[in-house]
Amino acid sequence: MQHDHYPDSYIRGILNTVKTIAMVGVSANTSRPSYFAFKYLLERNFRMVPVNPVLAGQELLGQRIYAEVGDIPEPVDMVDIFRSSRHALVIVRKALAMKPRPQVIWMQLGIRNDEAAALAEQNGLKVVMNRCPKIEYGRLSSEIGWMGVNTRTLTSKRAQLFGRGIQRMALNRVTLAGGTTKESQ
Amino acid sequence: MTDRIPGFATLAIHAGAQPDPTTGARATPIYQTTSFVFEDVDQAASLFGLQTFGNVYTRIGNPTNAVLEERVAALEGGTAGLAVASGHAAQVIVMHCLMRPGDEFVASKKLYGGSINQFNHAFKNFGWNVVWAEPDDIKSFERAVSPKTKAIFVESIANPGGVITDLEAVGRIAKNAGVPFVVDNTLATPYLCKPIDYGADIVVHSLTKFLGGHGNSIGGLIVDGGTFNWSREKRYPMLTEPRPEYHGIVFHETFGNFAFAIACRMLALRDIGAALSPFNAFLILTGIETLPLRIQLHCDNAMAVAQWLKSHDAVAWVSYPGLAGDRYYNLAKKYVPKGAGSVFTFGLKGGYDAGVKLVSNVRLFSHLANIGDTRSLIIHPASTTHRQLTDAQKTEAGAGPDVVRLSIGLEDKDDIIADLQQALAV
Repeated sequence: MQHDHYPDSYIRGILNTVKTIAMVGVSANTSRPSYFAFKYLLERNFRMVPVNPVLAGQELLGQRIYAEVGDIPEPVDMVDIFRSSRHALVIVRKALAMKPRPQVIWMQLGIRNDEAAALAEQNGLKVVMNRCPKIEYGRLSSEIGWMGVNTRTLTSKRAQLFGRGIQRMALNRVTLAGGTTKESQ
Repeated sequence: MTDRIPGFATLAIHAGAQPDPTTGARATPIYQTTSFVFEDVDQAASLFGLQTFGNVYTRIGNPTNAVLEERVAALEGGTAGLAVASGHAAQVIVMHCLMRPGDEFVASKKLYGGSINQFNHAFKNFGWNVVWAEPDDIKSFERAVSPKTKAIFVESIANPGGVITDLEAVGRIAKNAGVPFVVDNTLATPYLCKPIDYGADIVVHSLTKFLGGHGNSIGGLIVDGGTFNWSREKRYPMLTEPRPEYHGIVFHETFGNFAFAIACRMLALRDIGAALSPFNAFLILTGIETLPLRIQLHCDNAMAVAQWLKSHDAVAWVSYPGLAGDRYYNLAKKYVPKGAGSVFTFGLKGGYDAGVKLVSNVRLFSHLANIGDTRSLIIHPASTTHRQLTDAQKTEAGAGPDVVRLSIGLEDKDDIIADLQQALAV
């Protein structure tokens, strides 16, 4: 997989498949992206597991915080890395030691570590780098269009409502394949 | 299914729009509402804190306007857009996000007269100091850059017409200076030229002109090219410093390559208040659906009129870059190969008085201060739009006493030419 840009089908496939996401580097500070991306995905019915050694043992939005991915006592489908690029390799090694192994390593917007990505891919994991799953969910569901963002998706099909709440859209939207996107487009 | 990128005409009709999720309405509904109910206090807090996507209040965003924003962003190849009340409002909002009092920006001397006024007067009151450069002397942009420079501003095709800016050359100067390159693409529209392909970081539009295209709605739009690295430059605190009005959110870190568009919305439009009416957004969206068809016909008609004028005895000169031999012909071939737009100027041998007489004698052309309408328009800038400029500024802006500006419409070209013929013969 090259990581300069991704097909929509690849990103949508991942977000439609994973159920449990461990977010490494969550923050309890409500103005940090590592707090509100967690909250947003939780509200979109992902099972969210917060990871942060400093906050271990506490709860974030009702979810118990673990110090390491290896401490999580349940299977995790995706590890979302909210740490700087230089920490990514160590986190991938820890993720690969999990039993069962997660299927996806996701590195947040601004984070890219090609060595860590290669290691994960050699072990059969899918990798996304320099993206935010909240932004990608918003883009592919079309929610982010309300902010004037170019979703780079087209459709003549009615978008699906999320099913509860106001101004929430579902991810299973049918679109004309929009080509590949770079960065957080 | 293979991923394919839709073509321009497809984007002009579809980008940003989809059948309404609750009613199935296929055309974009006009969400003529001031406000949007909250799910609960928690969702309200998330919306106000920029932590989730959604609509709150039409001064900040509206679903009809959002379709327009995404539409134009897609046509320009940008990451996001922001629709505002007018092209002038777009310029205020862009500069509000880039400039601090005492800062400078470099702007081409060849601009819409209204922009020259805005930069010389209103912006100076804010302490945003314009330094003028000459588009025919690219080095003059380099010379104008100082440590206080925060942006470089040009028009792709400059109003009142006839000047094609060498975008790539100016874009390189902006890149070397580490400042965003802001291009007003109103006269070209993305059908003729996509400035982001030539180094623009931010594109602004007066939607009032060719994008709306029907002379019925004032509007403006900002497109974020997603190309400028705000965090590297660290000279733009709106993008890289924690914002106290949003509990310390850092825009570039949070919104990545569409951070500038979000800053324009949440830090500038929210506080400046120049919001676009959803009804105007709807009319402009309808106009954009036929953009490729209209602009090509505008250009073809303009070329025919320019050629006809060139051979007329009362005409001293015609400044249309589509004409072979025009000073901007080669730049037009490079930047606007499908046509040089439909706004251009020509000079009357009879000078100021002949200009006044011509605008009085036309019967099909409308004498008014707009461009980019389905209708053919005429104006004598020296006596109207550029009246407030000094004589030297008028000539520098291409609006000397003998100059007449045309905006060629979509009528039959023979009728357009016949009207000029009778008016020049009187």
